[in-house]
Amino acid sequence: MSVLVRDDGFHTEDFDGLAVELAPTTKPDEIATLIANAGLVVVRFDSFADGRGFTLGRLVRAAGYTGRLRARGPLIADQYAMARRAGFDEVEIPPEIAARQSEADWLSRADWQAHDYRKRLGFKGCDSLLA
Amino acid sequence: MYQHNDFDQAFLRNRNAQFRSQVERRLSGSLTEDEFKPLRLMNGVYLQLHAYMLRVAIPYGTLSADQMRVLAEVAERWDRGYGHFTTRQNIQFNWVALTDIPDILDRMAEVGMHAIQSSGNCIRNTTADALAGASADELADPRPYAELIRQWSTDHAEFQFLPRKFKIAVTGSPEDRAAIAAHDVGLQLVEQGGEIGFRVLVGGGLGRTPMLAQELRAFLPSAELLPYLEAILSAYNLIGRRDNKYKARIKITVFEHGIDTFRAAVEEQFAKIRPAYTGEDQALLAEIAAQFALPDLRENLAEFDATTRAVDPLYAAWAARAVTDHKRADHASVTVALKVAGEEPGDASAAQMRALADIAERYGYNELRITHSQNVVLPHVAREDLPTVHAALLRAGLAAANMGRLGDIIACPGMDYCALATARSIPLAQEIAQHFQTLGLEEEIGALNLKISGCINACGHHHLGHIGILGLDRAGAENYQITIGGHEGDKKHPAAIGEKMGPGFAYEAVVPALERLLRTYLDLRNGAEETFLDAVKRLGLAPFRAALYAEVRDAA
Repeated sequence: MSVLVRDDGFHTEDFDGLAVELAPTTKPDEIATLIANAGLVVVRFDSFADGRGFTLGRLVRAAGYTGRLRARGPLIADQYAMARRAGFDEVEIPPEIAARQSEADWLSRADWQAHDYRKRLGFKGCDSLLA
Repeated sequence: MYQHNDFDQAFLRNRNAQFRSQVERRLSGSLTEDEFKPLRLMNGVYLQLHAYMLRVAIPYGTLSADQMRVLAEVAERWDRGYGHFTTRQNIQFNWVALTDIPDILDRMAEVGMHAIQSSGNCIRNTTADALAGASADELADPRPYAELIRQWSTDHAEFQFLPRKFKIAVTGSPEDRAAIAAHDVGLQLVEQGGEIGFRVLVGGGLGRTPMLAQELRAFLPSAELLPYLEAILSAYNLIGRRDNKYKARIKITVFEHGIDTFRAAVEEQFAKIRPAYTGEDQALLAEIAAQFALPDLRENLAEFDATTRAVDPLYAAWAARAVTDHKRADHASVTVALKVAGEEPGDASAAQMRALADIAERYGYNELRITHSQNVVLPHVAREDLPTVHAALLRAGLAAANMGRLGDIIACPGMDYCALATARSIPLAQEIAQHFQTLGLEEEIGALNLKISGCINACGHHHLGHIGILGLDRAGAENYQITIGGHEGDKKHPAAIGEKMGPGFAYEAVVPALERLLRTYLDLRNGAEETFLDAVKRLGLAPFRAALYAEVRDAA
């Protein structure tokens, strides 16, 4: 079973409702329509090396979405801060990754709000309340 | 010079601790080799032919004397006693052990140096004119903007897994000394109605598909720099190709979609991103800019330079090549050639690095620059001190005065170091430089820019050489293609990609072919004022092609 990662560690699936998944190929002008009634927006990463989802996450926030936003795919612990700073609330990883990269590895990046140059430069684009 | 503040220092300590843990997690198996690779690359660690290579960033080419001394220390403690300055204002250490790299990074962080994003599919070290803040012909200093870009691009949440690497260069002078047309994004400071802003170019790059950058915006107000760059990168991140690494650079994205479609995609992103920047970046920019103020230049007996030139021909010959006018007339910038005939272009020993640091500390207001031609600049030297600086450089073996001449060759590491190379570059550069120096023709030939790449990835920028040499492998033998007419671009001639002359030459045949080519130029030119590039523009390629292949034809 896949594992959800949040700032306080690993969780099992706890969402029940209408989830909308956006593929990496989603075009920016399609986002608002696709997510209109979603209770959970999931941005899919097919590979950890494909960074499109980070920009898509930020665009979901820029579209005014303030609900739960999830990155789904084989991301690595070192990308947790990137996902959080791009506007995601949580990361859903396959069991193979969770078995190899411990909860401690992921928790070591839970301080994603520290040492953030872009935030220091006044960027507010992923703050859903201001978008 | 920019001094790292508490935020920068804490960032570096944290980043280095992360990398140390990544190396440990690779060794323990928590990270696979595939997962570790982009992490080590974004920390400057390449796997070369024989060993790991560490590429250290020298942001916009600026170094203090103390930073140069730490580079010397790294070379001695962890490498083989020397380092290699690159065409993008980095220094490479070619023989380090992976397990030593976390310690090297910690040592460098003590003086505000790092290897962050010097490799990998992310925004690389931002480069700038090596004479920034000093040259007489500058509109505005590009370094504060380059530092702003460094901060913005460092550990950027969205842009560390781009389709491909991304290089930005900034120049503040109409005389482009940063090769901006050959970058993914090139920024030129311009003025419009009394306001400073940028002319923004996009989609330049060399490699196997050389392209010159096109204009994306004629004038971008300087306050919109970060949101506009963010818009360019967002558009590229989404539509850049990921199916073929040879088509993944932004130059191909722009070429395939067309500049107008790409511009529309950028503007769509810009409209969303512009309001997300609250203006704090401009307050920080003002703080950064204050740190790049000109040092307190001292009054001095500047005429000692001219009077020494009149009586000392050796000094006069060096000064004619090495000394550039400064924005203050009683000072000058000094270029130090790292192109000693018979040595590897761009290499400096630990002893040479220390000598340069000492000279910079005593006579150069503590500042050094690395140029994109792999040379070193002392940006501010009192003219009174120039003869003393020359003497000190002579003692250090660094007084070759071949800047902008044939011997000032740019060459990639080639097959001696690089796993991608298909031919040798460095030994060829050494032979060419020595051959023409022995003939005594270098000075007569005058201004000439010769560049050598050891494979089609074009790290030696051969496409932009007045003479470019590309080393390939043809059925197991090295074969060198020659291009002519390439140019980085200046006020006289726009940037241009060199034209391929014809079939390649075997290794031993390159030097004789170049000699035929250059003797033909000397025969045909309208006096010494007409440079090789001028002559190619006036006469076309035909006489030079004929000269290159004359011997082949005679033998047939």
